[in-house]
Amino acid sequence: MRRDESPLIRWLLIALALGFLGLFLVLPLAAVLAQALGKGTGAYFAALTQPDAWASIRLTLLVAAIAVPVNIGFGLAASWAIAKFDFRGKSLLISLIDLPFSVSPVISGLVFVLLFGLQGWFGETLRDHNIRVLFAVPGIVLATMFVTFPFVARELIPLMEEQGREEEEAAIVLGAGGFKTFLTVTLPNVKWGLLHGVLLCNARAMGEFGAVSVVSGHIRGLTNTMPLHVEILYNEYDFVGAFAVASLLALLALLTLVAKSALEWRLRDEIAALRQS
Amino acid sequence: MSGEWSRDAVRLVLATALVVGAAMALAAAIPGAGAAESRTLLNVSYDPTRELYQQINAAFIKTWKAKTGEDLRINQSHGGSGKQARAVIDGLEADVVTLALAYDIDAIAQRGQIDPKWQTRLSANSAPYTSTIVFLVRKGNPKAIKDWDDLVRPGIAVITPNPKTSGGARWNYLAAWGYELNRTNNDAAKAEAFVTALFHNVPVLDTGARGSTTTFTQRGIGDVLIAWENEAILALKEVPGQFEIVAPPLSILAEPSVTVVDKVVDRHGTRALAEAYLSFLYTPEAQEIIARNHYRPRDPDIAKKHVTEFPPVRLFTIDDVFGGWGKAQTAHFADGGIFDRVIVNAKK
Repeated sequence: MRRDESPLIRWLLIALALGFLGLFLVLPLAAVLAQALGKGTGAYFAALTQPDAWASIRLTLLVAAIAVPVNIGFGLAASWAIAKFDFRGKSLLISLIDLPFSVSPVISGLVFVLLFGLQGWFGETLRDHNIRVLFAVPGIVLATMFVTFPFVARELIPLMEEQGREEEEAAIVLGAGGFKTFLTVTLPNVKWGLLHGVLLCNARAMGEFGAVSVVSGHIRGLTNTMPLHVEILYNEYDFVGAFAVASLLALLALLTLVAKSALEWRLRDEIAALRQS
Repeated sequence: MSGEWSRDAVRLVLATALVVGAAMALAAAIPGAGAAESRTLLNVSYDPTRELYQQINAAFIKTWKAKTGEDLRINQSHGGSGKQARAVIDGLEADVVTLALAYDIDAIAQRGQIDPKWQTRLSANSAPYTSTIVFLVRKGNPKAIKDWDDLVRPGIAVITPNPKTSGGARWNYLAAWGYELNRTNNDAAKAEAFVTALFHNVPVLDTGARGSTTTFTQRGIGDVLIAWENEAILALKEVPGQFEIVAPPLSILAEPSVTVVDKVVDRHGTRALAEAYLSFLYTPEAQEIIARNHYRPRDPDIAKKHVTEFPPVRLFTIDDVFGGWGKAQTAHFADGGIFDRVIVNAKK
């Protein structure tokens, strides 16, 4: 910014930004909390410990606990391959990784209905072997994985490309094997970026509504994740319950946001250090 | 790139694949492990029946326990009736379906999962309770809505769900159609114009009945909600003092039907249990729960007890006016049917 900018304009801009933030972030969050606590803290905790709510919390955590590690593995493998090697079809791979970002979540869900639904490709075979994918936990995990898989890779590819290959090549020259190079050189170099990607991935995994809604089957206490449960409670006129679960989701999002901001500080220092060297 | 590098890359990819595989196997194992202890029944139902079946299930679990000593768990899934039928067709393993209309069950039967003659398996067309279509208006009825022709007046905002996905919406649509047919001595062209004018007044088409109710009651959109009678009475109770019900002089007899999904119960070994569950709906105990949840009971004694709650409405049936659900569905709601034309013309 120019230093001779009038202070009035500066303050106006800051006020505008804060006002916008207040209107679109703080106000809705406050509304959620106010509704959730509308009938007192007793009702709030009763709503959260109700069996169906508790089941939805457990399911959401389970889904994230499976989807996030898998996507870490995939994200690391993909970004490592893309940043450190040259091969044919590289740009195709990059576009494919971006696919879940550009496809509507509803379509992401319907893809699995087409694959695993009874009228779909594998539906009858799966049923004959008594394997439930669609309208059960595996389907929800698959849909969540599909929607969240770009996060880690997208975070790491630019970072790894920025870092170049020199350090790895030095490690190889000094006699380290590929896997050792990866563990001792590549991974430590990207650890903050990786964590950042994991946080984003986790936030989306817990919050995903559209794709999960299509494959869930909405069985109470079994296949409803927290976002789906919020909708159900809201539709049942149980506003305290709906907003109590929503506030828990919002809390998770806030924690993610705090952790993310802390990481961004570290990440910025890291990149700055890299640029200087 | 050295050979060692690419070999390790291959190893890493393999390791990743292994992790993915293990996680998926784990995920597949979990629901099986969790559901082992007691027998379960899955009731896939339509939108407004959540409260009804929560109470029915509790009563049935008690009765079954007293009779057989067995503990049960009954799971519920709710959504727009058409959407739910689609989920069962796609493999949602419902032991019983309790949907908004016979056609949605027919759709499942067409895929071979239910005996095509299902409707004759239980008495009263396999519909243990009925309902009708009424109007919910804002307190004091400021727009003076009394009958179906008030809904097509210019400037009236009407809330109804999408007939493509919602069973309730199809009843709403057919009730309006039947009203105009009756008024014009069976002039189908006039009925179509009437329904088109009605949908011209609809600002939001939700996918299910409950979605429309929340649009009207919570978001404050619209002057009148066309709704299931049970849904309208429930809204009165949940949000007291803001709305009133207007029963039109003529409406449709809605028969939400129930049946056992043959293919599923035979695989689960739950046929006897599922049949007992549906027969239970016809017992006085269940009929009383049904009446208390604002559905019109079939049992004449229970109906007499609750006579004040359900105003007398002249009711026509889908068989009389439309020749049954099969015909109504093909003519009106199938792709390229009359409703497709109505919705296009209504937007003009």
